[in-house]
Amino acid sequence: MATLETTFAGIRSLNPFWLASGPPTNCGEQIMRAFDAGWGGAVWKTIGAQVTNVSSRYSSLDWNGQRMVGFNNIELISDRPPQVNLREIAEVKRRYPRHVVIASLMVESRREAWHQMVSRAEDAGADGLELNFGCPHGMSERGMGSAIGQAPEYCGQITEWVKEKARTPVIVKLTPNITDIRLPARAAKGAGADALSAVNTINSITGIDLETLEPRPKVDGQSSHGGYCGPAVKPIALSMVQQIMSDPQAALPLSGIGGIGSWQDAAEFLLLGAGTIQVCTAVMHYGYRIVEDMCDGLLAWMRRKGFATISEFRGLSLPRMQEWKNLNLNYRVVARIHEESCIGCQLCYTACWDGAHQCIHLDRMQGGLEEPVKGTDPRFVQHQPNPQGKPAPAMVLAESMRRITVTPIPRLDLHDGGLNRDRPPLGRIPRVDEDECVGCNLCSLVCPVPECITMERADTGVARETWEERSARDQGQKEGEIWES
Amino acid sequence: MSETSSFYSKAKATEEIAQRFADLRPPLSAKAAVAEALRCLYCFDAPCMGACPTHIDVPRFIKKIASGNLEGSARTILEANILGASCSRACPVQVLCEGACVMHYQNQKPIEIGRLQRFAMDALYASGDLHPFSPCDLSGRETGKGVALIGAGPASLACAAELRRRGVRAVVFDARPLPGGLNTYGIAEYKLPLAESLREIDLLTQLGVEFHFETSVDAAMLAELEVDYDAIFLGVGLAGIKKLGVAGEELEGVVSALDFIAAYKCGDLLRVPERVAVIGAGNTATDAAIAAVRLGAREVHVVYRRGSEQMSAFAFEYEHARQMGVSFLWYRMPARIIGEGKVEALELVEVREREDGSLSPATGQSVLLEVGLVVKAIGQGTHAEFVQEMQGGKPAKVRMEKGRILVNRETGQTSNPKYFAGGDCTNGGREVVDAVADGKRAGVGMATWLGGHDGDA
Repeated sequence: MATLETTFAGIRSLNPFWLASGPPTNCGEQIMRAFDAGWGGAVWKTIGAQVTNVSSRYSSLDWNGQRMVGFNNIELISDRPPQVNLREIAEVKRRYPRHVVIASLMVESRREAWHQMVSRAEDAGADGLELNFGCPHGMSERGMGSAIGQAPEYCGQITEWVKEKARTPVIVKLTPNITDIRLPARAAKGAGADALSAVNTINSITGIDLETLEPRPKVDGQSSHGGYCGPAVKPIALSMVQQIMSDPQAALPLSGIGGIGSWQDAAEFLLLGAGTIQVCTAVMHYGYRIVEDMCDGLLAWMRRKGFATISEFRGLSLPRMQEWKNLNLNYRVVARIHEESCIGCQLCYTACWDGAHQCIHLDRMQGGLEEPVKGTDPRFVQHQPNPQGKPAPAMVLAESMRRITVTPIPRLDLHDGGLNRDRPPLGRIPRVDEDECVGCNLCSLVCPVPECITMERADTGVARETWEERSARDQGQKEGEIWES
Repeated sequence: MSETSSFYSKAKATEEIAQRFADLRPPLSAKAAVAEALRCLYCFDAPCMGACPTHIDVPRFIKKIASGNLEGSARTILEANILGASCSRACPVQVLCEGACVMHYQNQKPIEIGRLQRFAMDALYASGDLHPFSPCDLSGRETGKGVALIGAGPASLACAAELRRRGVRAVVFDARPLPGGLNTYGIAEYKLPLAESLREIDLLTQLGVEFHFETSVDAAMLAELEVDYDAIFLGVGLAGIKKLGVAGEELEGVVSALDFIAAYKCGDLLRVPERVAVIGAGNTATDAAIAAVRLGAREVHVVYRRGSEQMSAFAFEYEHARQMGVSFLWYRMPARIIGEGKVEALELVEVREREDGSLSPATGQSVLLEVGLVVKAIGQGTHAEFVQEMQGGKPAKVRMEKGRILVNRETGQTSNPKYFAGGDCTNGGREVVDAVADGKRAGVGMATWLGGHDGDA
């Protein structure tokens, strides 16, 4: 029987789904409703010296009709008095003893200030502490948040201070606004942190009102750079999580954050080594209720894959992430267009010609290439685009524009004007020249029809060889040199 | 004298007609238009563009709607089709752009290209902006050449626009009081209101097209035009609806479908008798039958001498008529029209089709259909005689075949180099968009022939 129950840095949790520190965890009333909805834990909105927020605070990136693909905020830490937050933490823990409450903390960079805050949070009953070294706006200008996370030595120093006092696990939350996130992670680990959470939001400007020229979000005609999050940041977050978890000097139990809104997103973070995951933007978009399918879907996937617990699959994809030099240069795939699914939109054609390697052609009516020359690595051998001299997109288009077409009218035309709506005409179905195809995936990515273009293994008949191996063999002579002598 | 004042202002606004002939395809709201535009896949060498006789770059204008560049969207449409607003409403999109949409192949609704096109064109009107094109914008100067265009229908208008953009004077002659030809007088009002046709032509006048109305061109005048102009464009369309050739055809209450449609569109006809018969089963017949229903008829019969499979109306027009309650009488021919001074009944005989396709009386029995109005819609005659007349009995000026003027389809040039032609008189009677495509090609062809701007369209 598969279970979502898990233990993270010694903290037992009903499931790996925690609410990240943010507006959804602003007060006890919200967090208790979230627990009722199924969230396993919540990281309280960062507690520190009371702040005043601005209005407005949020803005978003919408894409092709989809709202909030990316999201930005310039809201600071909790604007409630710390004692109110602490009192509510105590109340929540009293009512929900099995649910995890983590206190997110941020105070000025003084040892006593941190000591005092740590004691109070733990006295209130927090199960753990999250040190907010990530907030990229406002607080960073005051020497806190990402100002700490960007300086590994500060990161280590404050972690040390906290660890002097803390009795519960200490989680250091990292900022992605840094060249190499492993450095602050190593510093935190070196200073005794029990866990990490990554990533906080990314510096951003989501857009500008083209009527008023004000960047968003607008505050009295001005704006300020905000923290970017939501679905758009997931790939960045995954990459940083993987970097940390693949680094023995940095790796610790890690709570994954960044663009998670579904069980699939969560599974990806877990596969790259995260122990729990945190969600904020998706809840701001759709409410606490989304956790139901996150639990349900993840459990179903685990059963399907035969995993009984989170720890059985945690980090399983990590070994598959390699440095480029370790990839097999002699592995080859080529695109295959499944004619029966093709709708004739020709997006793959224009993408291949303009954005890739000119290997897709519209020549089925001309029979295509009858005897393609088989090579092993076309780009390497041929060095030139479109070696067979096939018509370029402009020529294809010009031919269509020249064609005289009329409205099919039953009385005047032999055919009845009825269109075949089952299949596109053969001439509209592109053909991949498999000999020219470099296997880049682009056509399969732009194709609007699922499974219409698949990437098929093409046997090169050559044994596996990596770039590292090849350069060792050639003693760095051939590929390292730019110009032929 | 050339007229330049607003044609739109001359449309008689008839509240009753507007109510009875509300838009079949209502306009899209701004939100709905953007949502629909976002569905477009942005195909390469899009099938919709290929299916459109004027080759409007459909994905391009649709993406401009999605991006909020409505002015650019309208310009993209007009670049290919100067009557883009009319066509967005009048086109049988089901067999043109929307019929070709790749969405069909994945069992999805095609993009609503017609309504999106109308949205972009309506936005241009609403903006109050001038026409995106201006006289000589392609030639840079007036060439000093001039063309007389006979007929003010879509073919001539499209031709005139191309000529004006290339610095060629374009002077249009038409027998009617208003421009647009069948676009103004002949399209079902629930598709394209008369006023909308005129509004679009108002924009065209900004290109400096000159009009002479209520001017029938005869042999003598044609001879004058030949002297006064460097070339002549024939956009004369087809002749009136053919005669039935049965007794009683002269009775009051026997009308041609084109006259019938023009009359209600002009607000001259607001009511029809309770029972109406329409003879013929083409698109004009279904338009007339549906109009009769909207004008208050309780019983409308379409009478056709063959079966539904030979009907020349588009399938969707047939469906529309049926939904409006029109009944179809197959294999029936009018034998005579009965009435004292005005129509009272229509006598029909049953016919059957022989193997060779010819018709013969089936039973010899006849039925009497009580009707107060008989609308003839058995196809338009050709202008063969008219062209002969124009030629004043001299040897043929333009070669004809099966009643159509023969043209080089790429340039619109006839057998007589000085004469170009397009629209129904060359294609046998198709859609507005076909006439526009013909006129466009002829306009470019004429400008090139006249040695003006070579044309880049």
